[in-house]
Amino acid sequence: MLRRRLNRWLGRDERRVDSRSICVGHRSSSNNEAFIPPKFCDNRIVSSKYTVWNFLPKNLFEQFRRIANFYFLIIFLVQVIVDTPTSPVTSGLPLFFVITVTAIKQGYEDWLRHKADNEVNKYPVTVLEQGRRVRKESEKIKVGDVLEVDEDETFPCDLILLQSSRDDDTCFVTTASLDGESNHKTHYTVPDTEKDLESLNATIECEQPQPDLYKFVGRMHIYKTDQEPAMRSLGPENLLLKGSTLKNTQTICGVAIYTGMETKMALNYQGKSQKRSAVEKSINAFLLVYLCILVSKALVCTTLKYVWQNKPGQDEPWYNEKTQREKDTNLYLKMFTDFLSFMVLFNFIIPVSMYVTVEMQKFLGSFFITWDKDFFDPEIKEGALVNTSDLNEELGQVEYVFTDKTGTLTQNNMEFIECCIDGFQYKYQDAGTDLDEFCVTDGPVNKVQHKAGREKEELFLRALCLCHTVQVKESPQQGQGQRDGLMDRVDGLGTDGEGLHPPPQEQRGFIASSPDEVALVKGAMRYGFTFLGFESKTMKILTRDNDVERYELLHVLNFDPVRRRMSVIVRSKSGDTLLFCKGADSSIFPRVRQEEVERIRMNVERNATEGYRTLCVAYKYLNAEEYAQADAGLREARLALQDREEKLMAVYNQVETGMSLIGATAVEDRLQEEAAETMEALQGAGMKVWVLTGDKMETAKSTCYACRLFQRNTELLELTVRTLEDGGRRREERLHELLVEYHKKAVQDAPPVKAGVTRAWSSANHDYGFIIDGATLSMVLNSSSESNSSRYKNLFLQICQNCTSVLCCRMAPLQKAQIVKMVKNSKGSPITLSIGDGANDVSMILEAHVGIGIKGKEGRQAVRNSDYAIPKLKHLKKLLLAHGHLYYVRIAHLVQYFFYKNLCFILPQFLYQFFCGYSQQPLYDAAYLTMYNICFTSMPILAYSLLEQHICMEVLLDNATLYRGIAKNGMLQWGPFFYWTLLGVFHGLLFFFGVRYLFGNPALQDNGQVFGNWSYGTIVFTVLVFTVTLKLALDTRHWTWINHFVIWGSLAFYVFFSFFWGGIIWPFLKQQRLYFVFANMLSSVSAWLVIILLILLSLLPEILLVVFRKPRGPHAGQMKPVHSSAGGHQSPRSSARPLLMRTFSDESNTVI
Amino acid sequence: MVKEEKEIANRPDNTAFTQQRLPAWQPMLSAGIVIPGFVLIGLAFIGIGVALFVTSRNITVLEIDYTGLEKDSPCFKCSNTDVKNCVCNLVFSIDSLFEGPVFFYYGLSNYFQNYRKYAASRDDEQLSGDLDAFAAPSDSCSPYDYNSNDKPIVPCGAIANSMFNDTFVLYRVVNGANKLVPLDGKGIAWWTDYNVKFRNPSVTPLKNAFNNTVKPIFWPKPAYQLDTSDPANNGFINQDFLVWMRRAALPDFRKLYRRITDGEYAKGLPAGNYSLTIAYNYPVQSFDGRKKVVFSNVSWMGGKNEFLGIAYLVVGSLCVLMSIVMLIVYAKFKFPEED
Repeated sequence: MLRRRLNRWLGRDERRVDSRSICVGHRSSSNNEAFIPPKFCDNRIVSSKYTVWNFLPKNLFEQFRRIANFYFLIIFLVQVIVDTPTSPVTSGLPLFFVITVTAIKQGYEDWLRHKADNEVNKYPVTVLEQGRRVRKESEKIKVGDVLEVDEDETFPCDLILLQSSRDDDTCFVTTASLDGESNHKTHYTVPDTEKDLESLNATIECEQPQPDLYKFVGRMHIYKTDQEPAMRSLGPENLLLKGSTLKNTQTICGVAIYTGMETKMALNYQGKSQKRSAVEKSINAFLLVYLCILVSKALVCTTLKYVWQNKPGQDEPWYNEKTQREKDTNLYLKMFTDFLSFMVLFNFIIPVSMYVTVEMQKFLGSFFITWDKDFFDPEIKEGALVNTSDLNEELGQVEYVFTDKTGTLTQNNMEFIECCIDGFQYKYQDAGTDLDEFCVTDGPVNKVQHKAGREKEELFLRALCLCHTVQVKESPQQGQGQRDGLMDRVDGLGTDGEGLHPPPQEQRGFIASSPDEVALVKGAMRYGFTFLGFESKTMKILTRDNDVERYELLHVLNFDPVRRRMSVIVRSKSGDTLLFCKGADSSIFPRVRQEEVERIRMNVERNATEGYRTLCVAYKYLNAEEYAQADAGLREARLALQDREEKLMAVYNQVETGMSLIGATAVEDRLQEEAAETMEALQGAGMKVWVLTGDKMETAKSTCYACRLFQRNTELLELTVRTLEDGGRRREERLHELLVEYHKKAVQDAPPVKAGVTRAWSSANHDYGFIIDGATLSMVLNSSSESNSSRYKNLFLQICQNCTSVLCCRMAPLQKAQIVKMVKNSKGSPITLSIGDGANDVSMILEAHVGIGIKGKEGRQAVRNSDYAIPKLKHLKKLLLAHGHLYYVRIAHLVQYFFYKNLCFILPQFLYQFFCGYSQQPLYDAAYLTMYNICFTSMPILAYSLLEQHICMEVLLDNATLYRGIAKNGMLQWGPFFYWTLLGVFHGLLFFFGVRYLFGNPALQDNGQVFGNWSYGTIVFTVLVFTVTLKLALDTRHWTWINHFVIWGSLAFYVFFSFFWGGIIWPFLKQQRLYFVFANMLSSVSAWLVIILLILLSLLPEILLVVFRKPRGPHAGQMKPVHSSAGGHQSPRSSARPLLMRTFSDESNTVI
Repeated sequence: MVKEEKEIANRPDNTAFTQQRLPAWQPMLSAGIVIPGFVLIGLAFIGIGVALFVTSRNITVLEIDYTGLEKDSPCFKCSNTDVKNCVCNLVFSIDSLFEGPVFFYYGLSNYFQNYRKYAASRDDEQLSGDLDAFAAPSDSCSPYDYNSNDKPIVPCGAIANSMFNDTFVLYRVVNGANKLVPLDGKGIAWWTDYNVKFRNPSVTPLKNAFNNTVKPIFWPKPAYQLDTSDPANNGFINQDFLVWMRRAALPDFRKLYRRITDGEYAKGLPAGNYSLTIAYNYPVQSFDGRKKVVFSNVSWMGGKNEFLGIAYLVVGSLCVLMSIVMLIVYAKFKFPEED
């Protein structure tokens, strides 16, 4: 997204005007006579690529832009134009087939898009024109139109909210289809606009369209006849985005400001960048090699042809005179056409069908992921989702796993665990559950009253109830009230179908963008303070004494990841103005009185090491003066058109000072099921797991311990702001020093890693874990001097690569992507995988080679941008170790086999040129040339590449180390490729010369009759088809009935086809070349014998290899459960595991 | 209720196929199977190889080159292309009975019947008796489709045009007198070629079908006069023509000319002197070609071919050898996981 935005910036810089002006309702203001209504695009959404008229040319153009298709087109054209040995049909037919199928598929998809577009564009909307309500089609909306939208309707374009039917001038929307957040968001009307839209005379000045959904700045000038123009600031809270839906509000009116393709939704849906798998790159490299082989073959033949023809009598023997035209042709032109003819003759070495087969394999193969019932999660009732099938095999190649913490390693199912008020610890315990044996508490826990003063307690709880952006879910059925939040949730699930819902609640439905807030509000509820909801701008809370207190909400100082805190300013009934602030300890502590900090800090740190998410709560009283100042500052900043963010930030920082700390909260985020096992398996498979999180270091570290990413004996190398400040020197120097030190420790002194050695559980080898935080990372990456920067980066990378796990905490989303990018581009360009569930993970999901989304709670954005989506983290293990491994082996074999089979298909044809005067005489009949790749040898390999399990899935899952066997694209390196090529050459030579020596005497039948050249070709071809198919049969380790059917079926089909093809005089053929050739061949004993001999001889080395290679066979792993699941290691380790005993991974072990 | 339906709709099918759990046979090529297998295959191959080798050894072949480039060759005088209708006599002797049936081949070398342009230069429609194709031969026949007067050539094309036209008469020299050895010209071409693929136009007399056409340029006589004595061997179904039209695979080839099966020669050619009278018409010197005649008998495996027997013997022994090697390796190292 960033790149796109950057492109937009760079590309449109010159014609970019900073803002656009819009007349509300097209009533141009009298004050502004020079105003020329600018031209904006209409509200038509065009997601389709083609129209009826341009479909054919445009689609063909797009298809032939693919290098392979273009190559085949060229071959076809050469065949049409130049007099070539094979008819254009042989390459034209497959090409035509491929192109047609693709065109139909794309056409169908485009038709669907057209339909969808039409549905959107023809949707009737209500436009207010001169006081009349006019029904229009959505596509006719123009910028400046005032629209009326009813409840549950989707906004047809980006609107500025002018009027709402609700009394409090707000409206609720859900943006589920935009960012997946299903909670209701409150949007506000532009303050103080006139109720009568008819007389509203205003212009809006706002920025040019940009794709960020959460940013918007604008200004509205309201002109009144008798007054100075009033100005109102517009922010994202005034903007209703196209694609979101109006909820809980009967009707609103708004003015269109961005339409059609300029809406934020449209700007966000510009296609994702195409990811290409490593296998595809290998294919292209191999293709290049084969292209070279092809060209050199053609060159050799052309050269030899002319050398040979130089001998007298050879060029034009009397029995084969040339036509006049041939004689007249220029020599060089002849050479060139000869070259082209040879190219055409040998072009089958690069078959069209490979692309088709690879695509089919990927497309069909990906179904196995969606079908896998192990990926089905009964909770959300969904299975895995495959967004792209291009990367199936990449799942078997992953070297680095970047995982988000919240929602990925942990469940993002927040539960309020305890709080600490004024240094005293409060713990809520459910009766009967006894989860907390290890937690030290100082005194009776359930009695809040006995600890801090009651006043402090209530203040703290009020703070929890007030300082948030949670809404109470209103029942969709009006009037039913909010009696039963749980019921509502279930109903809501049925209607919105998104499977998203807030965490379980006791009585009340709360909706918030952050589950922490819900947990806090619910926590406060347990202690007797219940948040009842908003009433216009008033927050209602129910206190312990069953009093309803009302607070006027004056300002919300929104949460942002930089400040890492949020505040509210409220005014109580008694007129006191209070600021409540909650946020991360590091952002709160500097802003409160220091003497309060120490008591709380201890609690916070203890909670953090236990893996809880901690928040500190602070408050301050604002006297009237202070408030007035803050209010003015906030309003001013909100009005700013330029740098609004920065200005707001400055005001926020200014207001949030001098607070007093009341307490801290601890919220538990449980580990995902089997998180530890999954991580262990990944590490066992040789992957390096990096945790990238925005969370604070202590929390993240304990999660890492809980997930067994860090072990007891792992030595942690810490590079954080804290360690940097330890030395008491300049950060930069200290950074340098630490980097060098760690580098020495982890890289230079580390014993050289032996290949294939599993991760060292033994104490002999030292394990290192590396921890870095966002601030330090940016220092590493953006060091002041250029030379240092690259050096630090190098050191950093080297250290990280030698560590078993790396934890990066306090990361901004962009930094996550930065890290992924850095590793991706490091030496050896390792394959990276990112897994995450939230919108903040999207950047890294998009950046990594493979992006995996978890269908979690934080909306659907990660899922939508991912390549694969799975319901739970634990599914990653099977996805990588079983599916990924199998897909990789399958496709690698597919690719190698395809090149092999076409090499030994074409090599005899090449060799034949030496025996036919380099005349481009094909060895095989045209039917065989065409059918070889389409019919005779395509199905077995396709079946193989879909069904093969050289090692069965259970074994793959149990032995993570098997994954290392295929690491680094092992089966598609030059070594194996060379082997296959050699095999192809060997077979080709064998086929050709075997039959050549047989034909030393062409009288092969007992009646003395002789065989001609088509018999020769047919014998070679028969040997070829059988050998190539049986070779695959030898490689098949997993014979299902489909494999049997397809392999034996193909061979039978070949025999049947040959009889059939040779058994009839085909009226459409010019020459009946193969008439009875096959049958005659079978009547010759010698032909039979040579066929059997050659097949066996070709496969002999293969069989030997299979036998001798056996120790690496499938059962090897089964018999040696040494590295199998960590069962054996678990007991010693778990006894010594630090601190975190109550992670749910342990419990889930016992449950399952 | 709704919930359940949704769950069912979303839950993946639990079938063996979708879960990739189809019952499968997982063959293991273990030493225990492969070694005996190799021994068996090896022995079988050696057996076949011996049979082939012996059979091939028992086949007698007599090959005589009669190109006549050498001065001492009886056909030397004919090698001069200026001499028309040259006839030369080849005298040879057979020491012992040449077992029958004896097949009489002619052979050409450095002759590229598999040249692409040459190979394409025919019109199968013409050759199947299609009269329309008589009037308008296919383009592929060019430059042998029309003569200089624009008359269609039938049969058109380079292959037909270059039909081998040396003729041979074999005499057995008995007491100084030449005794004609009858040569059987039937059954030398593929049955399907003779009966199905090549057809004369159904016009009687055959000559009429060839009205308005001309004979191929090199031919001494038109197609309908190839064998005037036997209408079943005339025109396009003339067996010599058929044999020629089935193009050889390699530039050194032989083609069946006659079979010696009649009467007293059915058992073979008795020992003695023979004289072969050759009507030497076919020029080969221009392209460094050679011409030869071959007498050979055949076996169940066809003509003499030592390659197949040797190959079988080699592969057979290779299999046996490999199994021995494997056995040694197996005994010594006991493939680790095979207990």
